[in-house]
Amino acid sequence: MSLKGFHIVFITFSTLLALGCGVWAVWLNQVVGAPMYLLGAICSFLAAIGLVTYGVWFYRKMKRLRLIT
Amino acid sequence: MDIPYTTSARPDTGLWNAKIGIWLFLASEIMLFGGLFSAYIFLRLDAPPGYWPHGLLNVPVGTMNTAILIASSVTVVLAWAALKMRQFARYKFYMGITIVCGIIFLFVKLYFEWPDKFHHFGAYIREDRLEKYEPYLGNHHLREKGLEMRREITGHLHNEEALHDQNVHEYEIQLDQVNAAPTDPASDRPHFWPLPKTDKIAHVAKEDVERATMFVPSHSTFFATYFTITGLHGLHVLGGVLIFIYFWLPVGANLYKRNPEHLANRVEVAGLFWHFVDLVWIFVFPLFYLL
Repeated sequence: MSLKGFHIVFITFSTLLALGCGVWAVWLNQVVGAPMYLLGAICSFLAAIGLVTYGVWFYRKMKRLRLIT
Repeated sequence: MDIPYTTSARPDTGLWNAKIGIWLFLASEIMLFGGLFSAYIFLRLDAPPGYWPHGLLNVPVGTMNTAILIASSVTVVLAWAALKMRQFARYKFYMGITIVCGIIFLFVKLYFEWPDKFHHFGAYIREDRLEKYEPYLGNHHLREKGLEMRREITGHLHNEEALHDQNVHEYEIQLDQVNAAPTDPASDRPHFWPLPKTDKIAHVAKEDVERATMFVPSHSTFFATYFTITGLHGLHVLGGVLIFIYFWLPVGANLYKRNPEHLANRVEVAGLFWHFVDLVWIFVFPLFYLL
């Protein structure tokens, strides 16, 4: 596997981590009831959206530059 | 004599030498970290009630370090892509950011996270003395709610000489929130946002204590695995940073002038290693900080 392939795998895992953190923070907010965790959940979901957007941008850029064939 | 297949693929494998080498190395790394993660999971599953701490690590700092490592993975790929497009100035810029990210990660770990643990104290109370320390443990309250019992009193140790001096017979502990107000519903669940220190002091007799140390590897199974895995991971980050600095120095520029594709391949191999190190952290963070 090349660096670009491994990078896409890494971004996928990072996105899953961000989603997992978001779900974890939502659960914690329900149990503890602290708004800080809700804020954490929102930030995590935004990070997940950002990572997906970046991943798509990266794939397209690599394809455009013919670094992904 | 030139070493063959540094830039072109070997006909039999379809890969250049270093690509095969790094993947063989990463396979051995997967076995190393896989074994450590397995050990962590089984030790945690088998931990007696009250012996596995929750919420002791600083989640905001861990989150920041996670974001820094993810950002460094992005910049190392951009550095490699810049080399492939023969944009050396841009390569230097992105590689410089990657190096800075790695250094910040190590700085936070070595000057903030670890020392913070080394100045934090915990005493595990003997089974037959738990009742005596009920005001700090709140186990009646926890039992009523069906929650896991507490066995440890934690905080800042005022009389550090008590750790070594046989003539000092008790620990004077400035309590953490969880032991200062153990029946407060807010203490029922671990706090992942750091709480301020309390002014409440507890005097814990040495004879009532099963074991008591600062939060060092010998303190508990949790900290033994925490320091082993994060320490080994930190060494990998240090190794990656040193390699990147080597490529960033004039050595990289000289190689670029002679054979730019060779430098691009070297950066790709180092980048694969860096991604693996970052991927390990993607597993370390939730396992140690969140769950």
